Amino acid sequence: MDQDKREIVIPSQFLGEIKDKKAGNGTFVEKGKIYAEILGVLNNNSNYINVIPLKGRYDPVEKDFVIGIVIEAMQSSWLVDINAAYPALLHVNEVPWDIEFGETERYLNKGDSIMGKVLQVDQEKKLQITLKDRNLYKIKGGYISHVEPSKVPRIIGKKGSMISLLKKYTKCRIFVGQNGRIWIDGNEDGIKKVIETIKLIEDESLSYGLTNKIEDLLKKDTKEVH
Amino acid sequence: MKSEIKLFENGKRLDGRAPDELRKITIKAGVLHRAEGSCYLEWGGNKVMVAVYGPREAIPRHTQNPLRAIVTARYNMAAFSVDDRKRPGPDRRSREISKVISEALENVILVEKFPRATIDVNIEVLDAEAGTRCAGLTAAAVALVDAGIPMKDIPVACAAGKIDNQIVLDLGKDEDNYGSADLPIAISPRTGEILLLQMDGHLTQEEFDKAFDLVLKGCNAISEIQKKAILEKYQSEQGGN
Repeated sequence: MDQDKREIVIPSQFLGEIKDKKAGNGTFVEKGKIYAEILGVLNNNSNYINVIPLKGRYDPVEKDFVIGIVIEAMQSSWLVDINAAYPALLHVNEVPWDIEFGETERYLNKGDSIMGKVLQVDQEKKLQITLKDRNLYKIKGGYISHVEPSKVPRIIGKKGSMISLLKKYTKCRIFVGQNGRIWIDGNEDGIKKVIETIKLIEDESLSYGLTNKIEDLLKKDTKEVH
Repeated sequence: MKSEIKLFENGKRLDGRAPDELRKITIKAGVLHRAEGSCYLEWGGNKVMVAVYGPREAIPRHTQNPLRAIVTARYNMAAFSVDDRKRPGPDRRSREISKVISEALENVILVEKFPRATIDVNIEVLDAEAGTRCAGLTAAAVALVDAGIPMKDIPVACAAGKIDNQIVLDLGKDEDNYGSADLPIAISPRTGEILLLQMDGHLTQEEFDKAFDLVLKGCNAISEIQKKAILEKYQSEQGGN
């Protein structure tokens, strides 16, 4: 493989001894040896050996911002799909509106999209989300795109560098959910450009210096338009 | 079951293989777009397609385990997979195989990570030529890795048997039908643990030991093919764009 590509590991692959390094995410320890537990990319830079997954479901973490799609409206709550292994519960107390018992359908219905925050993940992995935070609301208009949840950090970039780049050059409003759903709103060409670029970032997520590469690309394209 | 067919000739088997030789195996990972993980495997005349879904919440509720995920493998033979048309739908044989494969997979998947969930593994035998349970399990393992499900190991299965009083690896169709014993085994190649072991027919202790050693060797060879298939899929995806 090229030098600028990262190493791909598969489950059960031997990664190192426990006395040299600490076992991080995506690994397990057996008899003092560290093995990969998931298909992913090896990250061996710090004290920890991590495996960043290439595929798989979103693993919900409290306080993550996510984009959910309502599966069902119940008497006093909604079930929301957030691309995790389990549906998440959104209780009427966790929305900014005053809702009478049984009138949940008037506010959110099956198929509606929302921006939410993961409120709680318990031992049994029962999930609760909330709409009570800044800038969280029901999504009206725009487009929702999907990426692998593990690639979300690449879309956002270091301290949001990649995402602000996208916003700057396409003049779109973008909201990236940690669960791999991305909401984009703006003019048609902008949305198209964002989707294309996201696809590119996802495909090349393993190469280094990606932010610069994308910036050059976006710059070139904007020049062509004007 | 006594046969008139000579299964052995000049140290070669009916299809020209040596006693410890596997049939040709090709594995492709990630062939289906809708499934979260998938695998297509050809093993001699066997053609097997596996699709993996999940982890997702187990339904109906009473099947859920509050501490860990359940693994539901579904082994199914297509009506056109055998010489005489097979009556579609689950039968006694396919339910047994589904159960043993589920249990083998449960032992390598990190099920504690997904309480209340289910991981569905659909194994579809498109073309059968002896040893489909081993082929199914081997393909299911690759599909699970492709789905990004955390596992302690990539299981692998292979069979040995006895034909004309000789122990041979990986029985073919006639050898299975007219041979005197069949021993499918699934192992976890990293630790050597046994995940599945069934035996059809009779073997003496010595014969069993010999068959077991053959299977281990075969499994390790197949394990390499599995790993190569996964790496091929993902390295090419990252490299070529």
